[in-house]
Amino acid sequence: MMGFLLAAVFKIALVMGLVLLAVAYLTLLERKVIGDIQVRFGPSRVGPFGLLQPIADGIKLLFKEDIVPTNADRFIFIFAPAVSFIPALIVFAVIPFGPSFVITDINVGLLYVFAVGSLGVYGIVLAGWASNSKYSLLGGLRSAAQMVSYELSLGLSVLGVVMMTGSLSLVDIVEAQGGNWYGIFPKWNVIPQFLGFVIFMISSNAELNRAPFDLPEAETELVAGFHTEYSSMKFAMFFLAEYANMIAVSALATTLFLGGWQGPLLPPVVWFLLKVFGFIFLFIWVRATLPRFRYDQLMGFGWKVLLPLALANVMFTAAAILILA
Amino acid sequence: MQAVFFFVVAAFTVATALLVVTRPNIVHSAVALIFSFCGVAGIYVLLDAEFLGAVQVLIYVGGITILLLFAIMLTTRIATRVDVFNEQMGLSALIAGGITAILVYASLTGIQIAGEAPAPVETTPALGRLLMTTHVLPFELISILLLAAMVGAIILARREKE
Repeated sequence: MMGFLLAAVFKIALVMGLVLLAVAYLTLLERKVIGDIQVRFGPSRVGPFGLLQPIADGIKLLFKEDIVPTNADRFIFIFAPAVSFIPALIVFAVIPFGPSFVITDINVGLLYVFAVGSLGVYGIVLAGWASNSKYSLLGGLRSAAQMVSYELSLGLSVLGVVMMTGSLSLVDIVEAQGGNWYGIFPKWNVIPQFLGFVIFMISSNAELNRAPFDLPEAETELVAGFHTEYSSMKFAMFFLAEYANMIAVSALATTLFLGGWQGPLLPPVVWFLLKVFGFIFLFIWVRATLPRFRYDQLMGFGWKVLLPLALANVMFTAAAILILA
Repeated sequence: MQAVFFFVVAAFTVATALLVVTRPNIVHSAVALIFSFCGVAGIYVLLDAEFLGAVQVLIYVGGITILLLFAIMLTTRIATRVDVFNEQMGLSALIAGGITAILVYASLTGIQIAGEAPAPVETTPALGRLLMTTHVLPFELISILLLAAMVGAIILARREKE
């Protein structure tokens, strides 16, 4: 019992530490990559290649004055950033990083991820409401509508993978993707479930509230959306949550569609991290490339294009499994 | 160990449920409701019903309460204070107390409310199979009911456009 507890605590500490460190350096990576795409240098003054920039940013945010607006709902105003940040971290509990490295393998792992992921929206909605400001409230309402709409497509897009594996455990899903087809193609779900993969990537981008789906914080219309009134570390928490969610979604995409830690030659954990890095790069690339959706376009696209496509994918996969079996 | 966890989770659920009905601010009630639902999910997990626990969070917390908050924000003025205690307080307390008394009596005297079948090791596949075989008719009926509700909602929302 003690040994089990110690091992669990050690694994949790390791994963949390790595995720938080990665989150800090993701801010630098994002600024560097976007800078490069827009033919700029990005941060370059603090340390070599700007490597100390995240630390400088962190110290700056910690020492800024922490303002709670007079008419804000004090309790919920303070509570909202934490609600946004905690679900982003506890998703990692079921992600398999390597053949024997997973904090806990529960048999409804995928449902757990979606259940916890659906809590994140509260941080944004409550922050928008508690600020007692027009812009914040509009940002919060937009995000609630957007995240609830795209959560449907997100959930349906992974059903194909679940049907092919016959299990909701992420460990089982990764293990089912071992081996090759005809000796060359890796047995990754991305090949038979390509449509599901595309829907997953688009919907998860919307769930992350990142460009081109960053309407909840659209600068040109809403100042900064739901976090307009936030300052100091509470403001930083929303950003930490956004980046931690980005890593979580990348890790989930890797696990579900790219075979998780499966891969030749290199150690499994290295394969896993490489694939996750690839997805993170993709998210940054998309943000730097595409303009923002208009609100009606966003809703129309979610309900009239993605949802029917995701349903069709489920039907098609079910038919294929029935015929091939 | 399990009993300790149960009492902690149960106390948490009851305490947050009390907050739901006593807070004067309706948004605070909704936030307390989130925690109460999470507590119920915790009890399901302690009963080895992980599927039900995850679905409880996914549907009640992730879906229903968020729509509730959405509706509150669109309809009531911010920081509206409602008087939660009206003249029906005594009556509702009586009914709630009565139901509690019946439930406590039932559990103390050991009346079997549900059959005591051994829980399957993996509940998710078993539940899926049951829904698609033995209970397929109720399952389909509920689907049709929900579809009808959806169509009705769309018709109500679109009526003024004619």
